Amino acid sequence: MTLDSRVPEGPIEKKWDNARFNLKLVNPANKRKHSIIVVGSGLAGGSAAATLGELGYKVSCFCFQDSPRRAHSIAAQGGINAAKNYQNDGDSVFRLFYDTVKGGDFRAREANVYRLAQISVNIIDQCVAQGVPFAREYGGALTNRSFGGAQVSRTFYARGQTGQQLLLGAYQALERQIHAGSVTMYPRTEMLDLLVVDGRARGIVTRNLVTGEVSTHFADAVILGTGGYGNVYYLSTNAKGSNVTACWRAHKRGALFANPCFTQIHPTCIPVSGDYQSKLTLMSESLRNDGRIWVPKQKGDKRPPDQIPESDRDYYLERRYPSFGNLVPRDVASRNAKNVCDEGRGVGESGLGVYLDFGASINRLGRKTIEERYGNLFDMYQRITDEDPYKVPMRIFPAIHYTMGGLWVDYNLQSTIPGLFVIGEANFSDHGANRLGASALMQGLSDGYFVVPYTIGDYLATNKFPIVAESSSEVQQAVSCVHSSTKKLLSIKGKRTVDSFHRQLGKIVWDYCGMSRTAEGLSSAIDQIRELRNDFWKDVNVPGSGDDVNQSLEKAGRVADFFELAELMCVDALDRNESCGGHFREEYQTPEGEAQRNDEDFSYVAAWGYRGPGNQPDLVKEPLEFDYVHPSQRSYK
Amino acid sequence: MRMTLKIWRQSGPRDSGKLVTYPMDNVNPDMSVLECLDVLNEGLIEKGELPVTFEHDCREGICGSCGFMINGEAHGPMKATTVCQLTMRHFKEGSELVMEPWRARPFPIIKDLMVDRRAFDRIIASGGYISVGTGSAPDGNAIPVSKEISDRAMDAAACIGCGACVAACPNASAALFTGAKMSHLSILPQGAPERDIRALRMVSQMNAEGFGGCTNIGECTAACPKEIKLEVIATMNRDYTRGSWRERSSEITTITPFTEWSTGSKLQNDPISG
Repeated sequence: MTLDSRVPEGPIEKKWDNARFNLKLVNPANKRKHSIIVVGSGLAGGSAAATLGELGYKVSCFCFQDSPRRAHSIAAQGGINAAKNYQNDGDSVFRLFYDTVKGGDFRAREANVYRLAQISVNIIDQCVAQGVPFAREYGGALTNRSFGGAQVSRTFYARGQTGQQLLLGAYQALERQIHAGSVTMYPRTEMLDLLVVDGRARGIVTRNLVTGEVSTHFADAVILGTGGYGNVYYLSTNAKGSNVTACWRAHKRGALFANPCFTQIHPTCIPVSGDYQSKLTLMSESLRNDGRIWVPKQKGDKRPPDQIPESDRDYYLERRYPSFGNLVPRDVASRNAKNVCDEGRGVGESGLGVYLDFGASINRLGRKTIEERYGNLFDMYQRITDEDPYKVPMRIFPAIHYTMGGLWVDYNLQSTIPGLFVIGEANFSDHGANRLGASALMQGLSDGYFVVPYTIGDYLATNKFPIVAESSSEVQQAVSCVHSSTKKLLSIKGKRTVDSFHRQLGKIVWDYCGMSRTAEGLSSAIDQIRELRNDFWKDVNVPGSGDDVNQSLEKAGRVADFFELAELMCVDALDRNESCGGHFREEYQTPEGEAQRNDEDFSYVAAWGYRGPGNQPDLVKEPLEFDYVHPSQRSYK
Repeated sequence: MRMTLKIWRQSGPRDSGKLVTYPMDNVNPDMSVLECLDVLNEGLIEKGELPVTFEHDCREGICGSCGFMINGEAHGPMKATTVCQLTMRHFKEGSELVMEPWRARPFPIIKDLMVDRRAFDRIIASGGYISVGTGSAPDGNAIPVSKEISDRAMDAAACIGCGACVAACPNASAALFTGAKMSHLSILPQGAPERDIRALRMVSQMNAEGFGGCTNIGECTAACPKEIKLEVIATMNRDYTRGSWRERSSEITTITPFTEWSTGSKLQNDPISG
């Protein structure tokens, strides 16, 4: 199998224009005859469903939450990038493109990233028109801030709740279409399989999470905007419900999964405090604009922070990276935090933490300014830790936050299954091996508002869609698959809870496929995962029945998929004998301890095909070419 | 810490429920109320009992999924805090926590502490948006908005739609929720063209859902985890009055409330020649 990325001809700044001209259009009168399923209602899924509804397609949108407004995009704090250059500081579409390709450590597809940078400016306009209350200057103009990894101020924000406000904009647009009758919403409904008929995606199998009813839904095309898989680590900044199930089941039906080992560790989270801990809380990266990160110079220095004089503090990021300082990209900041903790200089009871100190900024700018910028984040920190960050430095530690890997898609965001489109965090396309801050919201909305509504039209206009019979063998097989796996999970009635397995799986993945990885560790992780997966299928205890609300059953199905994904992540990490972005293999580092890429052998997207349980997956490579941004070693010194 | 949890257990919408007592011996003061329920549930499953169903997702106080009454207070005793961020250190050793679902007719109980809040979605669907199609927006800076107005809109837009305001109100009124969305949109210049009709539609839908009337008691704002101000209700009332006078000829239709969870009609595909 070879992968056709379908990148359009022409110079990079013309590619999207050329593509839009060459994409076939669906006649307005025919649009209502085409049905589209959108799974997920976050920034990507919600904006796509709303836009496709506006265009006149017959849309069905599914989410497992009780309302589309609860999708996890809502938790994004910091902001959204756009190449508006409103601050007159030298930004441009090309610079945003350049930063994103470089920040992704040269493992993203140039053409997609350029399109993302172009569209970024339209997103801001759209969101402002919807009433998103972005921060403003006194004169009424939009204001910006700089964000991790960028030297220009291009990040738009709505206090520390940017994701919430953008999602509410998309949600309101979606509700408008629901009211207009162009979108049918199915909340509390989980996709459990993809219907592939005659080699094309033609629908989904769902379980109603209230009644337990399993149903089929047919359409001409299916769009997945179901987010990332960070919860494979159990402890992550993701919402508890975030899962890989929709993508994984599509993968098992033939969609290739690309770069699964590219996961992002966010440097500024509240450290773990106990075994009962159910999730990690992120503190927005914007805090690094005014906070200074340090640890004691001496190992095992247990003095309270205010008793450690300046001369005994090591502001290690400012020391090692004088030009970017505390604003180095996430992977660099996280790895450095791990290193100082490994050296025994970590702070807090567990020794797994570093200080993020606002003392200097409060002295310089005053408490009021800091309160205005980060008030809600400081409140949140205090609520969780019972410490006042205006007086005592925050303690932070890295946590898993975002996954760059995902289902492989071409330039049109279509997966390797014709008719299956994948958007937002669920696809792999734009962030390479590391995502820059404030780029996830940008990508979700770009894919949903401005890319997939055009590209899907080409697919619909150039194919025929015979009616799928409920009785066809493909449909019957998928439905019985869903029934039998539910029955199996409920019948084991072993001794251990789903959460206890998930926690143990997460620990394996974090220890061996987290911030730093080795060949030896990854091989051992694969064995451990397989063993634990066998135990899971023998000893899990899922109480209750499949006929009503059963949160344990929902979790069990998702954890079963995480087990399979976890193994693929390790296989991918083991296969990639280089370090790049968030993927740090200890064997491949520069003398200064930075990630060492191997462009000669690994400048490709690793897309994996499913070959049955326990079988080695197929590797298909999409070579990456860099015509506009010359690969160089990332340097933030 | 030792505590006693008394939790409302109800197996389905049509079943009668009751409070069940669960003594807890090993409560860590740093855990959240939801993590305390996690620990309880792990124990219940191990004993072969059914775990307590409660809604939750982000656990950072922003998604609005979680929420129940603790000792008669929506989201418990701590100001501006959802139950997912309320840590056990705020309760005294040996205290008793009575946990009940939101109680309001428009929020039918689904199971245990989980309720159906789709009425809120329908209020938004009825008019809680600015009608702007994708692609038709002017440049972001073409509409100047003063910082003060933008900040006020943001204050109102901070609502997470959790339903605590309804649960706290003796009348089960949704005025704070509805007023917050109307204030967010109608004080911004972008939202001005639809200000009147939005008010009429949203208020009509709110009434059609069966939420009670507002009698200015203020429990809603006291319980609100995002501290939405009572003034949003004043804005709503003014917009509704103004709208009623200016839009006399407009016909206001509402969405018929529904509570069933069947999968509804499925998509049919119309084959067309491609």
